[in-house]
Amino acid sequence: MSEDTVAVLSEITLRYGNNLALDDLTLEIPARRMVGLIGPDGVGKSSLLALIAGARRIQSGRIQVLGADMSDATQRRLTGPRIAYMPQGLGKNLYPTLSVRENLEFFGRLFGQDGQERDRRIRELTASTGLEQFTERPAGKLSGGMKQKLGLCCALIHDPDLLILDEPTTGVDPLSRSQFWELISRIRQQRPQMSVIVATAYMDEAQGFDWLIAMDAGVILDRGEPGALLERTLCNSLEAAFVQLLPEEKRRGHVELEIPPRQTDTEVAIEAHGLTKRFGDFTAVDHVDFRIERGEIFGFLGSNGCGKSTTMKMLTGLLSFEEGEASLFGQPVDPRDIETRRRVGYMSQAFSLYGELTVRQNIDLHARLFQLSPQRHATRRQQLLEQFDLGDVADQLPGSLPLGIRQRLSLAVAVLHEPEILILDEPTSGVDPVARDGFWSLLVRMSREDSVTIFISTHFMNEALRCDRISLMHAGRVLDSDTPQALMAKRGHDDLEETFIEYLKEASDTPEPPTATNGEIVVVPASDTASESAPPRFSWRRLSSYARRESMELRRDPIRATLALAGTLILMFIIGYGINMDVENLSFAVLDRDQTTTSQNYTLNLSGSRYFSEKAPLQSYDEMDERLQRGEISLAVEIPPRFGRDLKRGDSPEVAFWVDGAMPSRAQTITGYVQGIHTAYLQQLAREAGSDTAQPVDVALRYRYNPDVQSLPAMVPAVIPLLLMMIPAMLTALGVVREKELGSIINFYVTPVTRLEFLIGKQLPYVAMGMVNFLLLVLLSIFVFDVPVKGSLLVLGVGALLYVLCATGLGLLISALLNSQIAAVFGTAIATLVPAIQFSGLLHPVSTLEGAATVVGHLYPTSHFLTISRGVFSKSLGMFELWPYFLALAITIPVLTLASLAGLKKQEK
Amino acid sequence: MRSLSNILYLGIKELRTLARDPAMAVLILYAFTLSVYSSSTSVPETPHRASIAMVDEDRSPISQRLIDAFQEPYFLEPVLTDHADMDEGMDEGRYTFALNIPPDFQHDLLRGGQTSIQLNVDATQISQAFTGAGYIQQIINDEVMVFLQGSGVPSTRPVQAVIRTRYNPNLTQSWFGAINEVINQITMLSIILTGAALIREREHGTIEHLLVMPLTPFEIMAAKVWSMGLVVLVSTALSLYFIVGGWMGIPLRGSMTLFLLGTALHLFATTSMGIFFGTVARSMPQLGLLIILALIPLQVLSGGMTPRESMPEVVQHIMLLAPTTHFVELGQHILFRGAGLAIVWPQLLALAVIGTVFFLFALLRLRRSLA
Repeated sequence: MSEDTVAVLSEITLRYGNNLALDDLTLEIPARRMVGLIGPDGVGKSSLLALIAGARRIQSGRIQVLGADMSDATQRRLTGPRIAYMPQGLGKNLYPTLSVRENLEFFGRLFGQDGQERDRRIRELTASTGLEQFTERPAGKLSGGMKQKLGLCCALIHDPDLLILDEPTTGVDPLSRSQFWELISRIRQQRPQMSVIVATAYMDEAQGFDWLIAMDAGVILDRGEPGALLERTLCNSLEAAFVQLLPEEKRRGHVELEIPPRQTDTEVAIEAHGLTKRFGDFTAVDHVDFRIERGEIFGFLGSNGCGKSTTMKMLTGLLSFEEGEASLFGQPVDPRDIETRRRVGYMSQAFSLYGELTVRQNIDLHARLFQLSPQRHATRRQQLLEQFDLGDVADQLPGSLPLGIRQRLSLAVAVLHEPEILILDEPTSGVDPVARDGFWSLLVRMSREDSVTIFISTHFMNEALRCDRISLMHAGRVLDSDTPQALMAKRGHDDLEETFIEYLKEASDTPEPPTATNGEIVVVPASDTASESAPPRFSWRRLSSYARRESMELRRDPIRATLALAGTLILMFIIGYGINMDVENLSFAVLDRDQTTTSQNYTLNLSGSRYFSEKAPLQSYDEMDERLQRGEISLAVEIPPRFGRDLKRGDSPEVAFWVDGAMPSRAQTITGYVQGIHTAYLQQLAREAGSDTAQPVDVALRYRYNPDVQSLPAMVPAVIPLLLMMIPAMLTALGVVREKELGSIINFYVTPVTRLEFLIGKQLPYVAMGMVNFLLLVLLSIFVFDVPVKGSLLVLGVGALLYVLCATGLGLLISALLNSQIAAVFGTAIATLVPAIQFSGLLHPVSTLEGAATVVGHLYPTSHFLTISRGVFSKSLGMFELWPYFLALAITIPVLTLASLAGLKKQEK
Repeated sequence: MRSLSNILYLGIKELRTLARDPAMAVLILYAFTLSVYSSSTSVPETPHRASIAMVDEDRSPISQRLIDAFQEPYFLEPVLTDHADMDEGMDEGRYTFALNIPPDFQHDLLRGGQTSIQLNVDATQISQAFTGAGYIQQIINDEVMVFLQGSGVPSTRPVQAVIRTRYNPNLTQSWFGAINEVINQITMLSIILTGAALIREREHGTIEHLLVMPLTPFEIMAAKVWSMGLVVLVSTALSLYFIVGGWMGIPLRGSMTLFLLGTALHLFATTSMGIFFGTVARSMPQLGLLIILALIPLQVLSGGMTPRESMPEVVQHIMLLAPTTHFVELGQHILFRGAGLAIVWPQLLALAVIGTVFFLFALLRLRRSLA
């Protein structure tokens, strides 16, 4: 690889199932340049970038980045820290509950920076991006543009030599967008040795890049400098050049969009007066007025977070509003009005269709929910698949499709029932230019031919120009509202973007970040040694970075923490008081066929015992059957006729007992009691007869460890292990899986953090939480339940620590193996409830188990800790007697960790 | 009519979603097959394979006779040992019971004096301690009685107690264990499935989409209730026929249709509970915790693990509000005692009432949380 290339790809092929994403692709990417990757949606741009970044596993072919072979784990580990990757999607790799500073610190630690260095870098980066005033604000509460800036800061914190940005400005407003690119160019001035690869849907952005790669259908169409590309295609705009580059069949049907003039219609479709929405102290939408005529295309422009989406949601009835009024077709907006919903089509900003249904199934579901007739359903489906070019992907899952195609599907679903009003929230974000034109021709046709009213928000200026009228919005207020031409005329510009930015700057209270204009030094090169030296194989700092982050997220979710702590205490109460092996008040009835004082005397023995309570006497066998079956009595006693007489004669009469065996353990207990009471009766008889030899042997019972045979002292030491298994395991189980489902797992793929650091980092906060739980449980048992710890608290504590490590390790294992949160919840419930309650000796000693349960019982950590807990609590045993159980726990920990390591992949498949 | 078709199609959507998660399918399969099998066969008879140590200081025919009397499956072969090991072994939990036969035991016995044997019981092993001690006492008395008869000492008892067990003559624990496990899985799965289905819609933003369509919260909820309930109901039926009845060969009395009807009513209540949890929890981790917090008391206190009679009265009354209590009772009535509609109608009624209340309450919560 020469000095002048940053990445060399040869014969790269990538498949998702049967779909070819990249087809035998070979490419050299020049170093120290700003390289743009352009192409329609779903041609493999993101896949290509993920491969270069090392986030995705290479299936076939070779990729060299900065001289390192990306299929080699060691080389990837050494080179990884020189690459920064910012995935597609607003703030996808950020942690919404963490503040700006905490997000940055997290990444800084992952790259092994110490506190001083981190502070310096964070200061510089936030100063240069204008995030200074917002360092304490949670990332989830930032506007889209600020999220992207923060994402960039996170990517730049370790001075990468290669910066990979996947559609960084998609969904970002024009002002933030221009600030973003200014920032990048300043950074490049500071670090000329840095190479940048950007995928973008904005051709005006791409125009300014040094070198471009045009892609389609997994192959490279052309590459070179923008000027050269224009020359080759004989076009004067990149947008046109790109269309020119597409293969014949894709170009077909692409015509310059023409918008016929609108027939004015005086009927008002959407109207709002003084519409206001507040979230707490924050006014999201502040007295907004507008009036949209039927058939009009009304555009909504504004910075991110200015209240566009909120306004749209209020019109659809999704959000209630505090003040003002809104009406559709003259009817006030009413969330309960089902009929109006049929006349409105809405597309939200974030993809909100079902990722688990195929494209076709999503369309079908909505057609059915809108009650389309079967014929119309079939025609509409066919039409939509064609119009939105979804035919090829009809049987694929949206989750695996690129953003642009997902947006098309959302739009298709929004227009499916041919609504009269369309409310579209940034429908074209992330959609390629050709497809966008397709969208618009459809919108125009609906507006002009079918008089559909279209209320649309967008960040694309060329789309805004196509609207009949537009509103400029900022900080919850409408700045101005008119035709695009009139607005430009008011400011004396012939460019809408400049007009818009001028409006925004004027309205914006916060002054421009000082550095944004003067372009002063923003990024100081890192001390070279730090970035050049290879990252260590194991780093406490990286580990603690994940541990800190996880614990911060736990702290920011007070409900979860409270549930975990209060929950254990509540459960302890419930089980401690609820389970009692000392069964009392068992109901029985007597069929006394003798009816003498002797027989009644016998019955008294039973009814006088605290274990039994007598019900109305039985009259017949049928009644006995019936009442046993109904479960009204669990014991029936039959005293035979002539019982008294036979007894006197010494004929040894037989009293019959029928026990309800439906619940065997209860039946056993009843049998035991009956035998005891019967024996007592015999002794009584013997005493009356003046002899004491009725029972030649007296079995002297000594209940050890719990002489009064109370349930609580027996239950408490057993419930602690049960609860310390379930709660920590459940907490941990969602740790990894949640990142997988929500997307932030990408940080694990592309930063130097190792699998071990990641896993242990995730585990530690929950171990700490588990130990707090343990402490609470012990305090509860000592002070509330009055069950003292007879042995050493320290020994018990050490055991608890090992045990909690096992429990959280088990949770992590489940989390590493499964891919959905719901499966993790269910899996944890299965893996903890049954073995911990039934196989671990809580009720039945492990030695009494049979079959598979024995194996589980002997291996499952709860059994060992149960022995330790009972030993220390009730028998005051110490380490000397209990060491084998400690050893078993200690062995379990690394076994679980190794299994999790094996189940967790450092790259996306 | 329109509402019904919406509920139908939304429910089919739920089933499709579930089908996309193969891990879930594996877990459900496990829950209703191997998990039922292993946990039912594992639950021991009480006492079952109880460990017992013996310190025999008499070494006479009668002491040997007592040693031989303790046999599997009730007891493991007694470990003959001395006092020191007995104490140590009990401390370590190796022996649940330890029997101490004093010197001259046989001699005293034959002379007709009162003799005494000491039985040490590890009271921390709650389930075995009490019933096991009763068994041991019984065995010793019987053996001594037989021994004395053989030695010519008269020992007929003036009254005989004949104890018969109905419905499960040998008190085979696995019968009970299997049914109880199926009941536990029904509750667990239905709550998790519906709760998570709601949270998933929220986390993925799809709930917003449903709300702009001509759908009511009632339809959204009813769809989840029927679809997830159906999954569990079918799994239950298959598990009872093929695993419990077929593979494990447990005789199931009573009408299966009646039991499945009861299951459907129970599912109505538990799926509504799931929806309720889904409205309370804001995220999947919170839901996971809530579910654990709800499942443990439901499993432990509904009479499936230990008899309801053994719980404090307050707990017994509170647990009457839980559907599981009635469902466990219903299951025992039908599947063990072969009871018919005439007997189980109160349980069915209770389940229907609880289900309706839960459903309406959850619907109210859902409406509020969506507004």
